[in-house]
Amino acid sequence: MQQALRFPLPDSEPPDRADFIGQARLARRGQAAPSRGLALTIRGLHKSFGDHEVLRGIDLHIPAGQFVAVVGRSGCGKSTLLRLIAGLETVDAGAVSFGEQPRPEDVRLMFQEPRLLPWARVLSNVEVGLGRDRASADAQTRAEDALVEVGLDDKRGQWPAVLSGGQKQRVALARALVSHPRVLAFDEPLGALDALTRISMQRLLERVWHDQAFTAILVTHDVSEAVALADRVLVIEDGRIAHDIDVDIPRPRRRGSADLAALEGSILRDLLQSADESFDL
Amino acid sequence: MSLIESLPRLRKWRIPRADGLVQWIVPLVILLVWQSACVGGLVPARVLPAPTDVALAGWKLLLSGELARNVWVSFWRAGAGFVIGGGIGFAFGLANGLSQLSNRLTDTTLQMVRNIPHLALIPLVILWFGIDESAKLFLVALGVFFPIYLNTLHGIRTVDPQLIEMGRIYGMTDGELFRRVIFPGALPSIFVGVRFALGIMWLTLIVAETIAASSGLGYMAMQAREFMQIDIVVLSILIYALLGKLADSASRALERLTLSWHPAFQKH
Repeated sequence: MQQALRFPLPDSEPPDRADFIGQARLARRGQAAPSRGLALTIRGLHKSFGDHEVLRGIDLHIPAGQFVAVVGRSGCGKSTLLRLIAGLETVDAGAVSFGEQPRPEDVRLMFQEPRLLPWARVLSNVEVGLGRDRASADAQTRAEDALVEVGLDDKRGQWPAVLSGGQKQRVALARALVSHPRVLAFDEPLGALDALTRISMQRLLERVWHDQAFTAILVTHDVSEAVALADRVLVIEDGRIAHDIDVDIPRPRRRGSADLAALEGSILRDLLQSADESFDL
Repeated sequence: MSLIESLPRLRKWRIPRADGLVQWIVPLVILLVWQSACVGGLVPARVLPAPTDVALAGWKLLLSGELARNVWVSFWRAGAGFVIGGGIGFAFGLANGLSQLSNRLTDTTLQMVRNIPHLALIPLVILWFGIDESAKLFLVALGVFFPIYLNTLHGIRTVDPQLIEMGRIYGMTDGELFRRVIFPGALPSIFVGVRFALGIMWLTLIVAETIAASSGLGYMAMQAREFMQIDIVVLSILIYALLGKLADSASRALERLTLSWHPAFQKH
């Protein structure tokens, strides 16, 4: 039955996928191995750009190792929330704190665009992710390991210009993973990919999250992606958390299953309802 | 149908590994037309000597050592002026591209100076330096300065800000950010400046040497004019063309070497 559900994927799946499915079947929610991830607490977070108040009081606790998806309409502040967590913007009021003080390499952000250096080969692009450890002796080995992780070790000597969109985004993922971060924030990393590449990337994200046990925060437009990947979905409206929904569906999740579809439908209804209200104004 | 089938065969047959020679076909044809026009009496030798006569004049000058000396002097002037002017232009481009303060301090002044045609300074330069080497170096350096300055500045300004943000997130120091992100990103634009500058370099040198010099290619051409040696005048012009082409090829080779990552330079 698993076989029947497989798509002919454009990018070849790493060979250890079958192992992963076996492990994941055992590791139901709450029974997973202790996480390396960092817990995250946000209190009373406000952020404005000029006169426009983007975030108006976000209170949030994310336990270590949780996979949280953040959805909302364009301009609702979800990307700003992510950039504040990654320390790219300064907080106007409130605080973002982690379970313990993270090193700079512990928190990584992956963007919608791959943002690879076009003049550096794939391997040195991944080495960029090592931060201060770039100059260390094992930098190259670690970068190679990260490329193996995303299934691109054969592309290490290529220029980014010759890679496909999905491959570039996998190199960007390897760059984010190479320092073994404890919090990984994703700012719509799959938004620009075609549907099939997107599905194989979602599986890859779920697998590395499972293997490396970091805390994951995924900002996305795509509600079906959110419910397929996350333990918990946050809906942000007008700079506040409007809904906080647990996704209590065991992994591995079957794409298109009735549970997922029902949950996706109810979240979409919430989003559309608030959209209609704002049109009435 | 048969045409379509024969196309790949035609393509295979065409120009067997002579891509490097294709570019010389047109100059060669021009040379042949020129030669036959002179030999056929269509063009009197007083107006334009035949290529063979020009080559003969060149051979004589080469034997006397005069040609090599003059070419070397011009080459040295061009190179030194380029390095000085290009170096200063590059430095200002970096400073103004990286520092707002430096940019506000100097950019307006430089833009004003840029609008003065540098060859208009020749009378002033002769008064200042006479006709010795520094006059030529000054003019070449001034001419080369602006294309390098402007394109370095433009290159640095247009480096993808998303890449710079990425570099900062991944903990690059300012030095690393410059070395790994900003400079490689600005390099294609800097090369555009270099190629512009090479053209201006020869132009300036020719003018400077014809007006105020006692050696060099331009001087050689002016001397020949005095004695109505039109073959040497034409020879000087041809050597300028050749040197210009040489400089351009050198910069292209350097470009191909340093920009091998760029899709435009891959496997051609």
